[in-house]
Amino acid sequence: MTAPSHDTSVDTERSRTADVPSGSAGKPVEGRSLRQIAWSRLKRDKFALAGGVVVLFLVIVAVFAPVIVSLLGHPPDKFHQDEIDPLFGTPIGSFGGISSEHLLGVEPNNGRDVFSRIVYGARISLLVAFLAALVAVLFGTVLGIVAGYFGGWVDSVISRVMDMLLAFPQLLFIISLVSVLPNDLLGMTGSNVRIMILVGVIGFFGWPYVGRIVRGQTLSLREKEYVEAARSLGAGQRYVLFKELLPNLVAPITVYTTLMIPTNILTEAALSFLGAGVRPPTASWGQMLSTAVDTYESNPTFMIVPGVAIFITVLAFNLFGDGVRDALDPKGTR
Amino acid sequence: MRGARTAAGPRTVLAYVIRRLFAVAMMLMVVTLTTFVIFFVLPKWAGSDPAYLFAGKQTDPAAIEGIRQKLGLADPVLVQFWNFVQGLFVGREYANGADVTNCPAPCFGYSFRTEQDVWPQLTEAIPVTLSLAAGACLLWVVGGVAAGVVSALRRGTLWDRTAMTVALAGVSLPIYFTGLLSLAVFSYQLDWISGEYAPLEEDFAQWFQTLVLPWITLAFLYAAMYARLTRATMLEIMGEDYIRTARAKGLTERVVIGRHAMRSTWTPVLTLLGLDLGALLGGAVLTESTYNLPGLGRLAIESISAKDLPVILGVTLFAALFICIANLLVDLLYAVVDPRVRIG
Repeated sequence: MTAPSHDTSVDTERSRTADVPSGSAGKPVEGRSLRQIAWSRLKRDKFALAGGVVVLFLVIVAVFAPVIVSLLGHPPDKFHQDEIDPLFGTPIGSFGGISSEHLLGVEPNNGRDVFSRIVYGARISLLVAFLAALVAVLFGTVLGIVAGYFGGWVDSVISRVMDMLLAFPQLLFIISLVSVLPNDLLGMTGSNVRIMILVGVIGFFGWPYVGRIVRGQTLSLREKEYVEAARSLGAGQRYVLFKELLPNLVAPITVYTTLMIPTNILTEAALSFLGAGVRPPTASWGQMLSTAVDTYESNPTFMIVPGVAIFITVLAFNLFGDGVRDALDPKGTR
Repeated sequence: MRGARTAAGPRTVLAYVIRRLFAVAMMLMVVTLTTFVIFFVLPKWAGSDPAYLFAGKQTDPAAIEGIRQKLGLADPVLVQFWNFVQGLFVGREYANGADVTNCPAPCFGYSFRTEQDVWPQLTEAIPVTLSLAAGACLLWVVGGVAAGVVSALRRGTLWDRTAMTVALAGVSLPIYFTGLLSLAVFSYQLDWISGEYAPLEEDFAQWFQTLVLPWITLAFLYAAMYARLTRATMLEIMGEDYIRTARAKGLTERVVIGRHAMRSTWTPVLTLLGLDLGALLGGAVLTESTYNLPGLGRLAIESISAKDLPVILGVTLFAALFICIANLLVDLLYAVVDPRVRIG
């Protein structure tokens, strides 16, 4: 998305002198776009950068999962019965069977390689979280802009629906929907259907949060002079909505999206933990934790590994999201 | 507070509450109807039949037809919905020829799975969830707000940075992970906690013992959020003009913070509290599954995985009811906390 030129004037007015580099005293002050200001702030935020680096690393891991596993692990569905104590079903080595062969140990009972399953689990986790956020942002933005811009009965209907969805016992309905929807949809089968269902359902319950924010922002933006100017110059409704209003909504939408992804990761993990996520043998972190419920007393490693994976991922996204929010905050002075 | 009292007399408040209760009733209708659609209309596309769920292992077509007649499963969804609503208020009769079962109000029907009356199952589960939510809520509000206020007042100190780092970690931890960790340490390794949940009135010590861990882990996760929110709000408020005025008047720092700044801090905290408490009462699914507490959340999970519609309906109805009540209470509390808020 490119920031349109008129953005510059609005945002330099907001950005305070603190953002002007000290070395530029002699040069004339240049207008900077929102993106430039945000980036220069983000660069100074060490925690956010660290979060961003981890996020990038996780995305790479997820994308190149098959390559990484073929180099460092074993096929995620291969059983290694020779690593398992036949009497107790626990891994033979200490710390859940961690060795140079199995970097994060093996699963109790069937001996699948934990490292490979964690790497493939990252795939599911990030894919569902990103796509669900995309669905929520798409619906939320369109409906929020429409409600805020047109007002009247359109606004009443959309706002009512949003209020109702927000008052729904969401987790119960997500679990219900996910467990009732069939395993073959639109000619697809297997784990792809489950992923689609998870994305659709999590995204569906996420859009009102985006919609509410976008509607509120639109309500105040539509009264601005530049919108009036565009209208008096004969701009059509579509032009005003998408060329005048939408670019100014990019900042709040970006912030909300980055903070929504960690929530989605937690929701996906929770659903898998409760047995309503992707079906085995497809690996997911929540599912590994729910398997660990039966064995954590004798083999805590198998519980700690997926738990820490979820923790690090969500923490990284939260750190990065907080940084993005601070960087895009017009009131920020950092 | 004075403003709200004089501007909104008891009558306006009453009218407001009645209007809101009407909205709650509407909401509950929508939730019930949606549940019906999810469990009757969607599975029909997928080709399954609720009567088979009730019949269990019986495959005798005559028996299944009998069940279908008796439970009214052959009726259109809207008729079934109406019968259900009627059952809640005046009770209903399930009849198939001479085989009549009378279900007195409030009738939530009979579990497909255990064939037991749903109402007693709900009344048994609700106190568990209430105990869990009330204890955890008390801990997290006190702990989170206190930590947030101290962090804001000592901005940039070691305390502030430590507290905020812990808080960010807390927001990023799933309850089913911290829950299992706490069980591994305190229940398995140290053996401090054992046994099943017991109701408060039967065995206080056991009730307390089984709830202590869930309270603390749950409160830790939520306190993190409240500490971050309180700190941000407090920092914003400390820059307001009225705080400067209060200081200029010569008020002690204690009064400035305790009476002037704290009051505005409560408003966003209450907003979040309404949402969180409602959601928690409406299904502490994860906490209850992790700690094996027989509350509404676990009942929900069990009934959803068994496609036990009558129980699911009961649980979702109560979940929605709790969410609505929490929202209503928060809106009323706004007026108590913030004198500028007017009800009406």
